[in-house]
Amino acid sequence: MADRTVHSPDGADIGRRDALKCMAWAGTGVLWTVSGGVAQSVLVGEARAASAGAFSFVQISDTHIGFNKPANPDPIATLHAATAQVKALPQQPAFVLHTGDITHLSTAEQFDTADQALKDLGLPIFHVPGEHDTLDEGNGKLFLERYGAGTKGTGWYSFDKGGVHFIALVNVVGLKGGGSGQLGDDQIAWLADDVAHLSSSTPIVVFAHMPLWDVYAPWGWGTSDAAPALAHLARFGSVTVLNGHIHQVISKVEGSVAFHTARSTAYPQPAPGVGPAPGPLTVPADQLRGVLGVRDVRLVEKNTPLAIVDQSLAASA
Amino acid sequence: MFARPSSRALYLVAGLMLMAAAVAQTPHVARAAEAAIPAKIANFAFAPPTLTVPAGGAVTWTNADDEPHTVTADDGAFKSRALDTGDTFTQVFAKPGVYAYHSSLHPYMVGKIVVQR
Repeated sequence: MADRTVHSPDGADIGRRDALKCMAWAGTGVLWTVSGGVAQSVLVGEARAASAGAFSFVQISDTHIGFNKPANPDPIATLHAATAQVKALPQQPAFVLHTGDITHLSTAEQFDTADQALKDLGLPIFHVPGEHDTLDEGNGKLFLERYGAGTKGTGWYSFDKGGVHFIALVNVVGLKGGGSGQLGDDQIAWLADDVAHLSSSTPIVVFAHMPLWDVYAPWGWGTSDAAPALAHLARFGSVTVLNGHIHQVISKVEGSVAFHTARSTAYPQPAPGVGPAPGPLTVPADQLRGVLGVRDVRLVEKNTPLAIVDQSLAASA
Repeated sequence: MFARPSSRALYLVAGLMLMAAAVAQTPHVARAAEAAIPAKIANFAFAPPTLTVPAGGAVTWTNADDEPHTVTADDGAFKSRALDTGDTFTQVFAKPGVYAYHSSLHPYMVGKIVVQR
């Protein structure tokens, strides 16, 4: 908080513009506002003053601290740019959801660096692991030591905030050859029990690293046992599912369930099935800014209404 | 005076034994090194997807992607650490059989090692 008062308004504006240019290709956080039980998202840089008292939170994903390849040699800088954007929001969100791949290779140093950068927000942060966070000898032991207090199994948990029931799921541990993400029977049984006492009018937000719907099976962009898990949420009037992993914004609505994937703060990945593999996408920064982000930045500078997820998709197509 | 020749003899015997041990070891090590068949990880795929090696032979995977991968046996028999760009992993296959493996990071990536007698 003290940090925010240090910047002059002009300085903050310049920083924000630069950050947005950067974010145009590196991705950013997603601001979620819950109104009338329906979660709506905007890219953080697009947020206008939220109505007083509105409940909002930010989703940050795939920070990949430790990545150093041409697609983004400095993911720490782009994470700082993302956190600066969050701090510049007219109304601070209640907390941050990090949908995994905090680090690139699960080293203690990478976790430390990410924690330091995220601590700058001064907000509570709720984590789920990505597959890049469970590469230590203990298959996720380091992650659980840091973020696993009060969680079950490989790190799943739930909590209530702002009248919404939040459910953190882990679908990156013990994956089977030839498959995609996996929750496992224990976690699904826990989920059934976790929501059993809730009224069907309770808004639900589920967050996990890998998509809980089949975005693109040939690249494993899905979760093999998502259907039996989501069946336990079928009776609820508003279910929002937030994922990372694929480093791009893709959404889908199925009945009362809205699925969204988020951008990475580190590097983009190709659209489903475009190119031979889902590796880090290296694009000349100039070209990428023009193709992916300039329109968003202009919208922000004119202070026009928020870009919703669908608009972002169109802009990055 | 008697001690000298006998200790010489002992040294000689010890030396011969060491040489014998070295001779016994060398072919084994050399064979494993010679037999180490290269495999590549590129574009999120193991290449070749199926590799046949003699019993006692070895396979060395090299990751050419900008993304880490692992070489993880489906049955848990072996597992590499996360292989970043340029990292290698060598596994010796002593027993004949078929070994299915995948990347624990991207499990849709699968491969097979066929170990022949």
